[in-house]
Amino acid sequence: MSKNKSEYLINRKDNQYEVVIGLEVHAQVTSESKLFSTSSTKFGAEPNTQVSLVDAAFPGMLPVINEFCVKQAIKTGIGLNAKINNRSVFDRKNYFYADLPQGYQISQFKDPIVGEGKVILDMPEGQKEVGIERLHLEQDAGKSIHDLDAQNTFVDLNRSGVALMEIVSKPDLRSPDEVSAYIKKLRSIMRYLGTCDGNMQEGSLRADVNVSVRAKGSKEFGTRCEIKNVNSIKFMQMAIEYEANRQVDLIEQGKSIDQETRLFDTKKNETRSMRSKEDAHDYRYFPDPDLLPLEVSDEFINQLKTEIPELPDDKKKRFIEEFKLSPYEANILVSDIDTGKYFEEVVAKMGKNKDIKLAVNWITGELFAVLNNKNLEISQSPISAKNLAILVNLIKNGTISGKIAKTVFELMMDGDQDPQKIVEEKGLKQQSDPKALEVLIDKIINDNRDKAIEYKQGKEKLFGFFVGQAMKVSGGKANPQLINEILKKKL
Amino acid sequence: MSDITKQSLSELVKNIKDKKLSSEEVTKAFINRSEKSKELNAYITEDYSSALDKAKKFDQKPNLELKLPGIPMAVKDLFCTDSIRTTAGSKILNNFVPTYESTVTQNIWNEGAILLGKLNCDEFAMGSSNETSFFGNVQNPIDKNLVPGGSSGGSASAVAGQLTPITIGTDTGGSIRQPASFTGIVGLKPTYGSCSRYGIVAFASSLDQAGPMAQNVKDCALLQEVISTYDPKDSTSIDFKRNEYSKELTNNIKGKKIGIPKEYRVEGMPKEIEELWQKGIQYAKDCGAEIVDISLPHTSYALPTYYIVAPAEASSNLARYDGVKYGFRAKGENLTDMYEKTRSEGFGAEVQRRIMIGTYVLSSGYYDAYYLKAQKIRKLIKNDFDEAYKKVDAILTPSTPSSAFKIGEKKDDPVSMYLNDIFTVPVNLAGLPGISIPAGHDAKGYPLGLQIIGKAFDEQNILNIAYAMEEKINFKNKITDWWIK
Repeated sequence: MSKNKSEYLINRKDNQYEVVIGLEVHAQVTSESKLFSTSSTKFGAEPNTQVSLVDAAFPGMLPVINEFCVKQAIKTGIGLNAKINNRSVFDRKNYFYADLPQGYQISQFKDPIVGEGKVILDMPEGQKEVGIERLHLEQDAGKSIHDLDAQNTFVDLNRSGVALMEIVSKPDLRSPDEVSAYIKKLRSIMRYLGTCDGNMQEGSLRADVNVSVRAKGSKEFGTRCEIKNVNSIKFMQMAIEYEANRQVDLIEQGKSIDQETRLFDTKKNETRSMRSKEDAHDYRYFPDPDLLPLEVSDEFINQLKTEIPELPDDKKKRFIEEFKLSPYEANILVSDIDTGKYFEEVVAKMGKNKDIKLAVNWITGELFAVLNNKNLEISQSPISAKNLAILVNLIKNGTISGKIAKTVFELMMDGDQDPQKIVEEKGLKQQSDPKALEVLIDKIINDNRDKAIEYKQGKEKLFGFFVGQAMKVSGGKANPQLINEILKKKL
Repeated sequence: MSDITKQSLSELVKNIKDKKLSSEEVTKAFINRSEKSKELNAYITEDYSSALDKAKKFDQKPNLELKLPGIPMAVKDLFCTDSIRTTAGSKILNNFVPTYESTVTQNIWNEGAILLGKLNCDEFAMGSSNETSFFGNVQNPIDKNLVPGGSSGGSASAVAGQLTPITIGTDTGGSIRQPASFTGIVGLKPTYGSCSRYGIVAFASSLDQAGPMAQNVKDCALLQEVISTYDPKDSTSIDFKRNEYSKELTNNIKGKKIGIPKEYRVEGMPKEIEELWQKGIQYAKDCGAEIVDISLPHTSYALPTYYIVAPAEASSNLARYDGVKYGFRAKGENLTDMYEKTRSEGFGAEVQRRIMIGTYVLSSGYYDAYYLKAQKIRKLIKNDFDEAYKKVDAILTPSTPSSAFKIGEKKDDPVSMYLNDIFTVPVNLAGLPGISIPAGHDAKGYPLGLQIIGKAFDEQNILNIAYAMEEKINFKNKITDWWIK
């Protein structure tokens, strides 16, 4: 682990400050129904159409735990290399708000379902371990809509009672880049596990960001501020940047930092005080008497362990060993479960005489560019893994050049066409017959005698001119390697 | 057949099964008497006309295999009833009509019973005299201006006054047993987890339990048999093998060991309560039971523990009544103002007192000293019973430290009111079953009850003991129909 080079520090005249960041990530559990009721969790439904009597807290209604959500939380815990607690307790967090029908949120306070764990980040300067403090299950609140009417607030309870996992990190993060890498890694792990879709636009993943600063080298933590409910990686980075500088400025002015909850104004790019420590809610946590402690046996946990797929860290290791990829390449391919899947399918379809490096280049180069351009996920790729494998093989065995391959690639996108067929139909096959090429080159040299003489006299740059001519005359199909060889011989 | 309303449930069931009575006749009789008994104020909501319709329908195609064939009955207004207003005795739910049915009442209707109406109770079941109800005091049929006890005061009054053959109440700290004792009827609080809490307006979730109230032990056993089912909709419902309590009922309790806890001999207890207890001990002996002196050392902590745990849970359970979704809403300047006005106007004084106590004991800095300590003591109280049950099969105590008192007598003295629950709360804290049976009268002629406490899930045993003692006691309730003009 290298240190200095990429250390994120805030510099002032005489002082350097280190930023300390801890994250409370709220990840919506992927599940059909809510944590304590059978209503649907589907996103985007008409307001208040996915609300049961339990979600709306009607008198006498009681919560019943959704076993699937428990399994999802445990799987996530396993993915975070964390301790799964055999016994956890649901508590009530009491506060009044219009979109909180029960007047309390059912959460886990003292005894969470998942304890300490860790996540490994791949940073440019090396690996970094981030500690996980805990993961607990809790209910989401509904949604208050303030801007539909001047007088009234509207409440949509569709989200009320949806299961969330709150994943609390240790204060181990030191820069906006690390925060970005951490969120991406968490998201990647949960997507591999199928426990959270990580969709930040839909609010499936959001975070409270705890920021403090301290003089470089100091071991003590500074006073922290919590920035509530930030819903994109970019905003998290901006908020940290702003907040750390704000705190440093206060220190530089000899002022103290108030421990408080702040919110990030995305339009003004600044954090603002929401409430001070004194105004903090007293949530009056106590064990929910409607629910028994949640007991999970080792067998139950072990069964779930058998259902865990290969996770990004293991897959990366395997890719490096099995396919001789660089850590950088492997990282890119495993960051998303579908990318890894696509890559492995390409490798499988390439058959025996395969060029994996070439395949990686085509996936991370041309294909990624297209997906990016068209705003598509790899699972929606216009070119199937099978056809990309054929294309790479065509390059590898010299049927087409890399340049022609780009043309073929463009054509393939129209309905995922077979590149072999395109090459045949369009006559794009590479000219690799040395005799034919010799004839072609002889003619070019003949037609350009003056230039050939200049070259011989030492104007070596002109070699490129002859290659260019050969490609032009052949319509780009001449095998460039052979052209080079023949030209060197003839000139 | 005259005097239908004087018949016990068992008699009515037999007569309907023998086709000597129709459901309509029975229903009419109880409606008539209920109509004449408005002064008792036992009902909050009457549902007589649809009761009659249902009775007629039942008679057209009577299913006589059912356990409660065409039997009309009113229930405590804490049970949510589909399409029938359910108030919990509170202004805040004055206009609330559920679209769902509690599991316990559903079980009753499934066995053929017919709803007469909803019975008065203390607001959110918080009270021991039915004086906290938004819908006014309930009269005890025993005497004018006498409280029927609480919180199931309307239920007790309705059974004792023969407005309903049987009923169900709920018991959080004594709310079935104390009013049963005050009105000379039988009331059973089942083991926690025996009857589903689904659809019952919650007071204190870890203590609340529905149970039957009846004129005699056999009726009580039959109703318990109907209402006690495992319910996956209530996470605290327990899946244990339930007896057919009425069928298995026996008065043979020879050799049963009955414990007498010395700690229940509290200071200042009226002499007649002590005498009643001694009489009870003699009856138990007469039935062939063996009396064993036992100790429940933490008994004196039960009441303070209860008055921490119950308000704590209540303060949270009642947070949902905020004027946003249903029920009463006061106009406010903003959200907070609306909350404050809604809850200040919607809740009565006793409910507000308990919400404040509960909020206080849960608040940061006080939680450990109150709530956590109370939970620890609760465990000790439960351990006391566990120890005792190594030596005995059941425990016999008085139900209450006094007979019924006058309306208004204790209204301004909450502590004296709370003391009424002194013998009943330990049973709730330990989650055990307890039954109160009428066992005698005091000097004023007011009924007094004895409580038999059982092991968890051992309802059959305490019903048997109660059944045997009932026979020996041969209690006659002195109902003069003073309220009927």
